[in-house]
Amino acid sequence: MKSLAELQKIKERALQRKRLGGQNARARIIVGMGTCGIAAGARDTMTAILKELEQRHIEDVIVTQTGCIGLCEYEPIVQVQVGSEELVTYGKIDTARVPELITKHIQGGEPVAEWIVK
Amino acid sequence: MTIFRELSQHILDIAENGVTAGATLLHIDIYEETPADRLTITVQDNGKGMDESMLRLVTSPWVTTRATRPVGLGIPFLKQAAEMCAGRFEIRSQVGKGTTVVAEFRRSHIDRPPLGDLAGTILCIIVGYPQVDVVYHHRVDAREFTLDTREIRAILGEEVPFSDPEVLHFLRHTLETGIGELYSQQAIVEEVSPVKKEDKE
Repeated sequence: MKSLAELQKIKERALQRKRLGGQNARARIIVGMGTCGIAAGARDTMTAILKELEQRHIEDVIVTQTGCIGLCEYEPIVQVQVGSEELVTYGKIDTARVPELITKHIQGGEPVAEWIVK
Repeated sequence: MTIFRELSQHILDIAENGVTAGATLLHIDIYEETPADRLTITVQDNGKGMDESMLRLVTSPWVTTRATRPVGLGIPFLKQAAEMCAGRFEIRSQVGKGTTVVAEFRRSHIDRPPLGDLAGTILCIIVGYPQVDVVYHHRVDAREFTLDTREIRAILGEEVPFSDPEVLHFLRHTLETGIGELYSQQAIVEEVSPVKKEDKE
């Protein structure tokens, strides 16, 4: 392990930023990770999302996974909710679509209409 | 016929079953043995478990606990993959205690799927199920790597999530390095310094 002492410093920096910015989770992203989702590539979609958050230093987003939501034909499915706005469900979000989704919806606040499934 | 290209996708699928069954702790254990030419994957959860009739049904491809949630759909595929590779599949469960899935493969079998993106998969499980603790234990002959999210959570506390970008970087780096070291220049290093480690279980 990279050392737990380093993790302690990471924590202190994160708390420091929180105190300065008063950040709370601004958005949440949910990736469908049922058998259908994984078969359609949801694991790679999820890792791509995590990589974007890491590289762009986006701190106020919570990413979670959920099981099948009954829209298997649209997998990989990604749901995005910004603030208290309505939860938006996107279909067929492969790794190539991830950067644009993060730029437009998470950072820009504008949903990507053509990828919405319902 | 198979639906996953990588064994790590099977691991993610079995982990998802455990989380859906209410698990708060997942043990993911991979053991690769060169002399025995064996690769064993064990996923243990402390979820609600299954009774005997459900357990019998779960290796059938058509089982679901709810129409909209095909829980366990992936289990027959893992069973099939293991059995195709001169291996074995076992599922044990106890109501109220949890479920353990064991899939064993002949490691060198031509049809054995690669483990694939393990670091990415374990990262998805850790970050994607923030309410669940994960103990990832991977052995390749005498070498081993363990990541226990309970240790990480104890340091981070409740205010700093696993999805914090610096924490993400730490986790990804820890996993990639730790798993990479299991395979790097294996023969040479073992000759120079034989690794002696206690079995942590």
